[in-house]
Amino acid sequence: MILPFALQEVTYLEIIRKLSLEIIPGPATIVLGANGAGKSVLLRLMHGLLRPTSGAVRWSGDNPARKQAMVFQKPVMLRRSALDNVRYALELAGSRDPSAEALAALKEVGLAALALRPARVLSGGEQQRLALARAWALHPEVLFLDEPTASLDPSATREIEAVIRAFDSAGTKIVMATHNLGQARRLGDEVLYLHQGRVLERGPVEAFFTRPATPEAAAFIKGELPWV
Amino acid sequence: MHSILEAIRAAVGLIASGDATLGEIVLLSLGVSLSAVALATLLGLPLGAAIAVGRFPGRRAIIVLLNALMGLPPVVVGLVVYLLLSRAGPLGDLGLLFTPGAMVIAQTILILPIIAALSRQSVDDAWREYEEQLRSLGSEGAGAALTVLAGLGRASAEVGAVMIVGGNIDGVTRVMTTTIALETSKGDLPLALGLGIVLIAIILALNAAAYLVKEAAQRRYG
Repeated sequence: MILPFALQEVTYLEIIRKLSLEIIPGPATIVLGANGAGKSVLLRLMHGLLRPTSGAVRWSGDNPARKQAMVFQKPVMLRRSALDNVRYALELAGSRDPSAEALAALKEVGLAALALRPARVLSGGEQQRLALARAWALHPEVLFLDEPTASLDPSATREIEAVIRAFDSAGTKIVMATHNLGQARRLGDEVLYLHQGRVLERGPVEAFFTRPATPEAAAFIKGELPWV
Repeated sequence: MHSILEAIRAAVGLIASGDATLGEIVLLSLGVSLSAVALATLLGLPLGAAIAVGRFPGRRAIIVLLNALMGLPPVVVGLVVYLLLSRAGPLGDLGLLFTPGAMVIAQTILILPIIAALSRQSVDDAWREYEEQLRSLGSEGAGAALTVLAGLGRASAEVGAVMIVGGNIDGVTRVMTTTIALETSKGDLPLALGLGIVLIAIILALNAAAYLVKEAAQRRYG
């Protein structure tokens, strides 16, 4: 187990300021906050794509980088088939039977029929599901998601949410940034509310939405809800 | 006017009859430039990819140098290769001077910066898109560069097109235009014109091929 992991006084430029927190296994964690609050940067610091200016990210187990995956707002597809995109990740991870495992992952997200299509001609929703299949194949202990449905229509969003739920059911810890407050309530167990690089509030989802403790969070919920 | 028509008729006759001298010159040109393109690609693609993905001191200076070398004056390259390969030169023992081998070396030196600089640009663009995802999956360094290079698809087709067109036409024209100038001064107008017609045909065919390759890649890889 690489969980729990902790941020110790992590600072990144002017964006994240002396942030300390612990992430435990179990509840799906939703990172909320306005544009520019530092959500994406926070996820990248956790995942190790950015190095903190000061402070540190501490994981519990050995080789944590291998046991986590990340899905980005804009899916990044290699110019090869859907199957080969998943297989590539498995080969890097040292899988013994990458082809079979890749196909199984595609089945999980409902893309088996499109396995041999070039990944980059798939629709936006399909590409994001493929990105999730690539993460699924790795059986990560932690999955970071950075606004995975931000540019998708409602039906594609529903499909993505179903896959994220499957990760959650399979025991993967979800850490997701989103702008969609409805989605935060549907998928989340706890909320991290980020404001100007600091965690202003942290608590169960329902409590956050019904009884926000800070005026900033209250204003954020009020301002965001009309667009859900 | 009359003599020009005469010469054109003779030139077409030479091509149609498969004249041996003409064929030899054309084959030599194509052979030299194809070898040079192959050699320069072998060196230039990995070099360009390494510069694009690598982070090392002096990287920016190398990029500027590479871009500048695209405009390398052929005469200077010819002179340098001549000095290197001439009897008294450091590589004189190879006895390559005035052989197709020497021409291949000179062409390679001329094309290498074009291929390296273009693949650097393409890989750089792709790397911007791929970097986070590849690092997230645990792919770094040379492996990542190769992945990007292999995954370029359309971009590599574009580089390929430029290689074929730029490299080959450079090569073909250098050999054939020299001959054309020579034959013209010798007064063998039909041969000079015949070569000119073949040269234009080759340029057209190469451009058509490059265009088709690019289109096919676009369909295949999106």
